[in-house]
Amino acid sequence: MKEELILDVKDLVVHYELEEETVYAVNGIDLQLRRGETLGLVGETGAGKTTAALAILRLVPDPPGVVKSGTITVAGHDMMSVSAKELEEIRGKDVSMIFQYPMTSLNPVFTVGEQIAESVMIHEHTAKEAAMERAKEMLELVGIPGSRANEYPHQFSGGMKQRVIIAIALTCNPKLLIADEPTTALDVTIQAQVLELMAALRKQYGSSMIMITHDLGIVAESCDAVAVMYAGRIIEYGTLEDVFNRTRHPYTEGLFNSLPNIRDRARALKPIKGQMPDPSVLPEGCAFAPRCPYATERCTQMPPQEHRFGGTHRVLCSAYDDPAFHIERGRQNG
Amino acid sequence: MYQYALKRLAMIIPVILGVSLMIFIAMDLAPGTAVDYLAPEGATEEDLMMLEHQLGLDQPLLVRYANYMTDLVRGSLGTSYVSHRDVMATYLNALPNTLALAAASILVAIGISLPLGMISAVHNGSIRDNLAMVFALLGLSMPNFWVGLLLIIYLSNGLGWFPSGGFDDGLRSLILPAITAGTGFTATITRTTRSSMLDVLGQDYLRTARAKGVNERTVIRKHALKNALIPIITISGTQLGAMLGGSVLTETVFSWPGIGRLIVDSVNSRDTPMVTGSIVMTTIIVSLLLLAVDLLYAVVDPRLRARYASKGKG
Ligand SMILES: Nc1ncnc2c1ncn2[C@@H]1O[C@H](COP(=O)(O)OP(=O)(O)OP(=O)(O)O)[C@@H](O)[C@H]1O
Ligand SMILES: [Mg+2]
Repeated sequence: MKEELILDVKDLVVHYELEEETVYAVNGIDLQLRRGETLGLVGETGAGKTTAALAILRLVPDPPGVVKSGTITVAGHDMMSVSAKELEEIRGKDVSMIFQYPMTSLNPVFTVGEQIAESVMIHEHTAKEAAMERAKEMLELVGIPGSRANEYPHQFSGGMKQRVIIAIALTCNPKLLIADEPTTALDVTIQAQVLELMAALRKQYGSSMIMITHDLGIVAESCDAVAVMYAGRIIEYGTLEDVFNRTRHPYTEGLFNSLPNIRDRARALKPIKGQMPDPSVLPEGCAFAPRCPYATERCTQMPPQEHRFGGTHRVLCSAYDDPAFHIERGRQNG
Repeated sequence: MYQYALKRLAMIIPVILGVSLMIFIAMDLAPGTAVDYLAPEGATEEDLMMLEHQLGLDQPLLVRYANYMTDLVRGSLGTSYVSHRDVMATYLNALPNTLALAAASILVAIGISLPLGMISAVHNGSIRDNLAMVFALLGLSMPNFWVGLLLIIYLSNGLGWFPSGGFDDGLRSLILPAITAGTGFTATITRTTRSSMLDVLGQDYLRTARAKGVNERTVIRKHALKNALIPIITISGTQLGAMLGGSVLTETVFSWPGIGRLIVDSVNSRDTPMVTGSIVMTTIIVSLLLLAVDLLYAVVDPRLRARYASKGKG
């Protein structure tokens, strides 16, 4: 079974150690991903999604970022101990990433063709001309005329830049693709196009994918498994069925309740009250306790306990110490 | 782009008018005239009047200026009051020496500053960064002539590696003056490189490059440097421009027969045509250089290329 895992992250802890304070961005997360599988990583802003993703590629900016502990295995490579040279071979070939901000993620002084071709030249050791041909093919694949390969990023719209970034990430058929909110910067009509495009390309190449988003609709449509992050921890993790239909964590419940309307579950909008705690001063107990309608005194004092349901569903919530506990949404949906 | 260049060239004309008028006025206001310099010992009042008339100095300033401009339009910079040689010929004779010195100093400066500034930025806050910055500060605060004297004392008089002056030894005689004049630039260019690189090093697109598997050296030298280049080109171009007017101190210390010394000597002898001609020529050359620098921006940054094109149309 082990060989099948494209990604195996255990107990990953990442801090940003600034002069004035330490930001506890990722506080011990576990992730597993099999070939061809898509994992949705959801959570509100500042939950640590991007930081976790960057850590997988060993791209957390250092300083101030420090990977304090954890093991990361990508396609059999132990990312924590590979050499700089091996890391260069793994990045872009075994794992690649679509970045959150398309407007700033392309180099303004090189043509988009050159930026795509660079990947090909590094990993397939082809000559520049052949690589440029491949770049044009990749552009066509993401719906941009190949003839525009010689243009610069400022000549492209935001949506087209995002497509270029997708093309860069997909050029060398990575085994694992991490897409960090690939559609947030796009307007709704283009969002759907880009998502469809990524799904089609992924099918073609059989890549595994982590889809980072805070849009549960996107997760429902494109993911096999879901991990919900809150204040640097995964508080609920399971198959799409587990998390969507047998929701267990009060925070996940809150996320669903705050959605206007998902899958006919029309109900009054109930945003989660309060805010995620500042990740530089995390509380002793459960980080969600201050906002949790079910919280007891114990929740604010003790770190939350992990509970497992079935083979695949994990929830980080001490309320389930009491076997009779269930959330409202859970009761309604059985 | 062509239109942009033409516009820039046309702007040189009013600058020359202004600059030459200012020199005429300044030379006129300065105590003494070329007559005092040229007059032999014991010359009579009559002799002096004669000389003054010969040089045309008895005419009013504006008439002299108008005559000068008429000549200039015809392409002549006039003749020297002192040597009676053609100003253009004298200038062109000294120009290669100044060009060689300027080019060599800027090469020395960039050769040192670019790596130093980049190392300093990449290892921001480290010992290497601090050492580089101390070095840059030293370069900035050491007077040029003093560096030149030190180099002459140790490397020329002491070790005999290089000649201490003149330019008969070809490349070897260029080295010490180039280092001397380049030291001051090294400081400025290093600091500019450092701050410009620091700006670029935090950019998202470098992360994109790393995520593709680009090695760290290429990330710095290709992806980051090309984005950091514009301020570095600006400052190097400006420094080079300043040097084209001649670096008087360096030229004096090393007896280097360049424009700087030509101008200073001519000012001392109140040789107005020589001074004006040299400065007008320098103005033209510096303007051309700055235009070249501007066009270089467009080569480096495609976004500016687009902007020049649209400016040219308007
Ligand atoms: N370079 C950095 N230096 C200091 N703190 C950082 C840095 N990058 C991220 N952080 C902090 O780490 C925490 C997690 O940030 P991260 O970008 O991983 O969140 P995210 O889940 O991706 O949020 P979003 O949905 O807004 O993209 C935040 O509190 C953020 O302020
Ligand atoms: Mg993010």
